[in-house]
Amino acid sequence: MIPNLNNLPVYDTTGVNERIARFCTRSIKASSKVEGLKLALSMIDLTTLEGKDTTRKVQQLCYKAMHPHDTLKNIPTVAAICVYPAFVKEAKKALHGSDIHVASVATAFPSGQSSLEVKLLDTKFAVDQGADEIDMVISRGEFLAGNYQYVFDEIAAVKEACGKAHLKVILETGELDTLDNVRKASEIAIYAGADFIKTSTGKIQPAATLPVTYVMLHAIKDYYLKTGKMIGMKPAGGISTSKIALQYLVMLNEVLGEKWMNKNYFRFGASSITNDILMQLVKSETGIYQSINYFSKD
Amino acid sequence: MQKNKDNSMFKASWSYNEAPESTDHIQIKKKYGLYINGKFSEPINGKYFDTINPSTNEKIASVAEATFEDVDAAVQAAKKAFESWSKLTGKERGKYIFRIARLIQERAREFAVIESLDGGKPIRESRDIDIPLAANHFFYYAGWADKLVYAFPNRTPKPIGVVGQIIPWNFPLLMAAWKLAPALAAGNTVVLKPAETTPLTALKLAEIIHESGIPKGVVNIVTGAGETGATIVNHPDVDKIAFTGSTNVGKYIQKATAGTGKKLTLELGGKGANIIFEDAAIDQAVEGIINAIFFNQGHVCCAGSRLFVQESVADIVIEKLKSRMDTLIIGDPLDKNTDIGAINSKKQLQTIENYIKIGLNEGGEIYQPDCKLPKNGNWCAPTLFLNVSQSHRIVQEEIFGPVLAIQTFRTIDEVIEKANNTPYGLSAGVWTQNGAKMFHLTQKLNAGVIWGNTFNKFDAASPFGGTKESGFGREGGLHGLKPYVKFD
Repeated sequence: MIPNLNNLPVYDTTGVNERIARFCTRSIKASSKVEGLKLALSMIDLTTLEGKDTTRKVQQLCYKAMHPHDTLKNIPTVAAICVYPAFVKEAKKALHGSDIHVASVATAFPSGQSSLEVKLLDTKFAVDQGADEIDMVISRGEFLAGNYQYVFDEIAAVKEACGKAHLKVILETGELDTLDNVRKASEIAIYAGADFIKTSTGKIQPAATLPVTYVMLHAIKDYYLKTGKMIGMKPAGGISTSKIALQYLVMLNEVLGEKWMNKNYFRFGASSITNDILMQLVKSETGIYQSINYFSKD
Repeated sequence: MQKNKDNSMFKASWSYNEAPESTDHIQIKKKYGLYINGKFSEPINGKYFDTINPSTNEKIASVAEATFEDVDAAVQAAKKAFESWSKLTGKERGKYIFRIARLIQERAREFAVIESLDGGKPIRESRDIDIPLAANHFFYYAGWADKLVYAFPNRTPKPIGVVGQIIPWNFPLLMAAWKLAPALAAGNTVVLKPAETTPLTALKLAEIIHESGIPKGVVNIVTGAGETGATIVNHPDVDKIAFTGSTNVGKYIQKATAGTGKKLTLELGGKGANIIFEDAAIDQAVEGIINAIFFNQGHVCCAGSRLFVQESVADIVIEKLKSRMDTLIIGDPLDKNTDIGAINSKKQLQTIENYIKIGLNEGGEIYQPDCKLPKNGNWCAPTLFLNVSQSHRIVQEEIFGPVLAIQTFRTIDEVIEKANNTPYGLSAGVWTQNGAKMFHLTQKLNAGVIWGNTFNKFDAASPFGGTKESGFGREGGLHGLKPYVKFD
């Protein structure tokens, strides 16, 4: 049932930014940095969501997912590949034998401007193709118009269509305007059955930001305090460097802590960040920054 | 001592490696004399005392102890310098003050490290707050030096004369800046005494002041303990006393200066009320509670040491507060990740521990996070007391440490009454998203500084000071200029 949205915690932007500044000034060095980088790598949903995507492109990305940088020993693979429904089958095939998940966007991604019927078909198609995870978008127009029940029912319906696949609900925070709205949308998504809440499609600016993620982590925390159930978090888009990724992990570490510090409960939706993390890991082993051309671009 | 561990469900697992700020670049002499009449000199009786690193209890340097003869020499030098300094144009005076500000900025890193070494505060705070703010105060008042005639419409401000300034150990350089900058801008000369546990940054400041080329005798810095301070207060040629410190000493100074014609400003203790309403942004309020009481280990006169939480949100606020306290990093003040550093002195640690005992004996329910404290040095875990009332001593008296007393309230009138029910009146904080409620509270609370949806924010342009037993006079802003001038 839709939760009571009139009594939600509110957010003070100035205070939130002040808190974020504290996370960003944590100094992460030496082995704690390597630990953080490896963790971040293991949490990546390696993503390609372009109109020009092809089967070959997806296959190449899948290989990169399984072999991020073969000259580096003891590094994890990424958590998942994130693609359009049309490529789920190929991705699944390419990743066969690894424990890397295939996530598919669905529900008329990225705008969500279609009928519920189409969205459910879209979801079912992706699941039938073998997707382990579904990244759906909420209807931001309905949300901003105050039709919270509509948004809630739609998420619940998609969740049902997902079957065993995990559901990530994209709030598209760049279109929600205020932190209070982000909190409200998080609440709706969590109560409607989201396994993960996710910031952005990557198609709208701003995409993921630390303040928005901070608010969503608090929604997850409050839900856990109330129900004892753990919800995952996925910031997506705009996380372009390993430094920023470490800032997200510092925040995760200090807001939700140990239980959430793994790929089952936290993901980065990104792609270019992978090579930056690898470059930092190589640097920590050799003491030298290698040229970006030593890292494969797939 | 009983520890409550019910809040470990969000415990952080990723521990950050040590990230200590380098100390290679700092210069500390083994022995510091007194800065009198433009040069460092030995104390007349030859006595020195040790200044200690509170995080290790190791000695850092020897510092001169000024007796009457030394203080007298400093006062006479200031008196002589006043003749020409007060006649200098404001623009000329401003030049020196601007120069001091720039020199502080240039050597900010060195100042920050020494401040943390000598006083125990985390480098994050000395680097991001103390030192930049100190420079800002010099910049701000340098700007007033040639505009004094515009500061007080239709009145002609004149400098007072020799000013005796006695500052505390919690913000050593910042308090020196608060006191020196307006005094110099207004054309006074100064004898300043830093606290005996934290004299080093004031002595470094003396070096910078010397470097600025300011005429000799305009600023004199003498070190020593309470007796040295009393000598300054009682010296007949001192025209004004500015004191920041405890209410007890403030009362003594007010008695000692009564009837002498000396002008006086006092910035004394506090027991600030931090009020959280049910309609506040709760997660930010929790952060505000942390900043209000654990900033600088709670060695803050305006600390929000009495927390009032509206009953309807008390459980969730306290739960979140405990959870947040569990993530605080306590340890080496020079580590960039340290949130809470060392208690400033052994003596202060004893005072705090004594209050914690009193709190327990009075039946308060204590909470301390399960944190490891370093072996050497002076350390106190961040502490909450629940189930206390206005009648508890830990609610009434200033502890000056990381100890928070929490009470709940039901109505606005109740919280106003309780917040004002203290001999102090320095600071208060109000947390609500309701603007009308905020302004209602700020009108009714009896305190010199009231923060809305934030706490412990300072700015050179903003006046700071207290009411009731928290003192009188203001520092910062135009208001901070007034105590350093007289009118015909």
